[in-house]
Amino acid sequence: MQTKNKKTKFRYVWNFPGFGGWTAIFFGFLYIPIFILVCYSFNSSKFAMIWTGFSFRWYAKLFSNDDIQTATINSFIVAFAAAPLATIIATFSALALVRGGEFRFREFSSGLITLPLMVPEIVTAVATLIFFASLGINLGLINVIIAHTVFCIPFAFMPIKAALEAMDPNLELAARDLYSDKTSTFKTITLPLLTPGILSGFMLAFVISIDDFIITLMVAGGGATTLPVYIYSMVKMGVSPEVNAVSSLMLAFSIFIVTLYWFFNRKIKN
Amino acid sequence: MKGKLLKILVSISFLFFSTSVFAAGKLNLYNWADYTPEDLIEKFEKETGISVTVDTYDSNETLLAKLQAGGGSTGYDLAVPSQHFVEIMIKEGLIEKVDGIKDMPNYKYVADQFQGPSFDPNQDYSTPWQMGSASWAYRADSYSGNGSSMMEFFKPSDEVCGKVAVFKSPEEVVNMAHLALGSSFCSEDPNEMQAVMDLLIEQKKCVAVYSSEGINERLMSGEVIMHAHWDGYSQVGKWEGVDDLTYAYPKEGVVGWFDSLVMPKGAKNVEEAKAFMNFVMHPENMAMLSNFAAYANAIPESAKYLSDDMKNATNIQVPDGIPVKFGQACNKESQALIDKVWTKLMQ
Amino acid sequence: MNIQGENKTQNRILSLLPLWIVIGIFMIGPLLVMAVVSLMESNVYGGVHFKFSLSGYRQILFDTNLFDEIEFNPAYLIIIARSFMLALAATFLSLLIGFPAAYFISRQSDRVKNILIFLVTIPFWTNLLIRTFAWIIILGKGGVIESSFNFFGLLDEESSLNLMYTNSAILIGLVYSYLPLMVLPIYASMEKMDLRLLEAATDLYSNRIELIRKIILPLSMPGIIGGSILVFVPCLGAFIAPDLLGGGKKLLLGSLIQFQFSYARNWPFGAAMAMFLLALVILVLIFNARLNRKHREYANQK
Repeated sequence: MQTKNKKTKFRYVWNFPGFGGWTAIFFGFLYIPIFILVCYSFNSSKFAMIWTGFSFRWYAKLFSNDDIQTATINSFIVAFAAAPLATIIATFSALALVRGGEFRFREFSSGLITLPLMVPEIVTAVATLIFFASLGINLGLINVIIAHTVFCIPFAFMPIKAALEAMDPNLELAARDLYSDKTSTFKTITLPLLTPGILSGFMLAFVISIDDFIITLMVAGGGATTLPVYIYSMVKMGVSPEVNAVSSLMLAFSIFIVTLYWFFNRKIKN
Repeated sequence: MKGKLLKILVSISFLFFSTSVFAAGKLNLYNWADYTPEDLIEKFEKETGISVTVDTYDSNETLLAKLQAGGGSTGYDLAVPSQHFVEIMIKEGLIEKVDGIKDMPNYKYVADQFQGPSFDPNQDYSTPWQMGSASWAYRADSYSGNGSSMMEFFKPSDEVCGKVAVFKSPEEVVNMAHLALGSSFCSEDPNEMQAVMDLLIEQKKCVAVYSSEGINERLMSGEVIMHAHWDGYSQVGKWEGVDDLTYAYPKEGVVGWFDSLVMPKGAKNVEEAKAFMNFVMHPENMAMLSNFAAYANAIPESAKYLSDDMKNATNIQVPDGIPVKFGQACNKESQALIDKVWTKLMQ
Repeated sequence: MNIQGENKTQNRILSLLPLWIVIGIFMIGPLLVMAVVSLMESNVYGGVHFKFSLSGYRQILFDTNLFDEIEFNPAYLIIIARSFMLALAATFLSLLIGFPAAYFISRQSDRVKNILIFLVTIPFWTNLLIRTFAWIIILGKGGVIESSFNFFGLLDEESSLNLMYTNSAILIGLVYSYLPLMVLPIYASMEKMDLRLLEAATDLYSNRIELIRKIILPLSMPGIIGGSILVFVPCLGAFIAPDLLGGGKKLLLGSLIQFQFSYARNWPFGAAMAMFLLALVILVLIFNARLNRKHREYANQK
């Protein structure tokens, strides 16, 4: 009786009236704009703002738009090159930083990893633009891939580091007794155990690369337009449901990957 | 695991490989937004087997900045600057000399007065695209003025204040201001430029947005009533349903321009670019351009392929007595003044 | 033993080498080149003259007017101040909206908590440009807000609320962009909060506002500070929101920098502005590190 009483009192204390409603509003604020955006992609009118009826015509139009397809392919080429590169670099760095104990370049190296997160995107974009321009390097998509690899590293790094930290080092020690040599320990124990973390890192890097806009806008030259940059030029041209349609598909794709990541990560935790 | 990784690597390298292999039949065109007819590109692709990618920009300045930032290789094979920017780009070494423009089969169709134009006297760099003018347009149903003076745009009445839009970049706006004030283009006189600046700053109070893209959409939605505009593009807006969109031909004149195809430095698909230059000069193809963008062109024979819509286009007919003054390549001193005015305005 | 030790060092360096090379060359390299460019003279048609000059930095405060006289020019200070004010306002609004939500989420069961937090993170992983674009549809002329006003007869068809192209529009865009970054750290610090403390506190403070002020706020302070920095820093350099929602006439630091590389073609000034922004961010981060250390020391003392 006593405890129950206490519990009610307790609940009473840490729940504030109105906070629940506020949180609902909060989620509404986050999601209603996205919802509206998606709704209007099914608008049959030429003008995004005026609803005239339900239609798939803008989606159909997307599939006949060569420029969108080229931009989409570019986006995927960039993400499929930059995300694995960033993941590989992040994996080796995480192994050295988490398993390497204390050493001289430790602080410096972790600083390097977080650097792309600290520097404002517009600064990175402008700096990379000047860098490539003054060196006269223009390799089309490869410029974009290099720039993406850089800012994808910290995103790939986080889940890998977390996975490594959660791993029981005793397993590896035990394996060392079994296999004696380091390489096979790494192959048979560390790597398989780390794979979910690496995959998570890859997925985050992939999403970040696919979504990037500002840096790509500044760095990309001819024939290297990615989907977000193309969408930007469409938005500038005026608000048409075609923009909504391509945006909805992009949103759906990102959400799909992130959801995948989430389930993946939950599995790791369990 | 290893196998999978290998597969991924192989497929990635294949992607690179494939893009470079097919690069032979590719063309990257960098053009103004809403200025490239899809049917023309499709026709070119069908005739030549070359696949064309179009990227867009919103002003000569943006194009110039992009070419400068390319560091000698922008990835673009063709771009479409206006006459004075062709001059600047030649001076700055930003575009390639194109061999044998005069020997191109379709060059003969270019009207005599446009062969060897002042900005490219030997026709070493450019072939004609379209030409037109810059001024402003208004929705006649919501505006009581008649567009007879430049000042209607720069000193908007209360009726339209807050519903005016201006180009995002200075080159044409500053020239329009010069027309309004009666000063000359590329002025190096600080007093005259001060007057231009004062006019623009005064106008800014009534300006809703500075943008050179999506102009017709903005007028259509009623977001703005008055917009800096180009003659042909405003005609396109009319065709697309803004029936009462009227292009102003103020008594002070309009700013003329002549856009040309040029090849940015380091263009990789030179032959494809040349093929496109030649292709565009054919009367039938040039007419497709004009039918789409509603501008005049330098190929007289294209007239017989023009659509009826185009023949009856009211916004592109320059009334008698209205001067068309072409923008010039300003020297560095006056260009610096223009940039200063614009930077002051934009802050 | 010694050999093994050396081996280990070698391994570590080998594993970190790709990181050093990639970030070193393609992140630090560009920043250094930018620093050099900021110290050069600009070329009217774009690019730079390879000649040392402080004009890029001088231009932030002083400008030669059209008559070639040097005068104090407050314009960029105004842009900097506007960026600061908008970033501060966005941070404050995010805190106001995010704090109760973070608290509410942190008090749910584990299952619900996980799902809600996942829902908070989703927008962060989607395209910022697209999310900002959504607000054009909402705020624009004839957009969702105006048409619902029309529908309820609060606004006649002809008139407009003029929501777009204003500072408020930019502010909404900024808050919307970075709100998740405010909620996550606050949530993290609240989740760790000891419930028994709250329980004990109820005996001390009978009223809830006291409880929030004296217990919950101080305990979630690290999260609040962390979240505020995560929102404040990107707002300072924002480019998309002012560009799409501000109509290109209210420049912020981010759009000012971008402007120098697109229309104005003044690389040294753009680079100098970027250096300035970078310095600001570094200052904020140092300030944050200081605060964190103090907080830790304080916690340890207890």
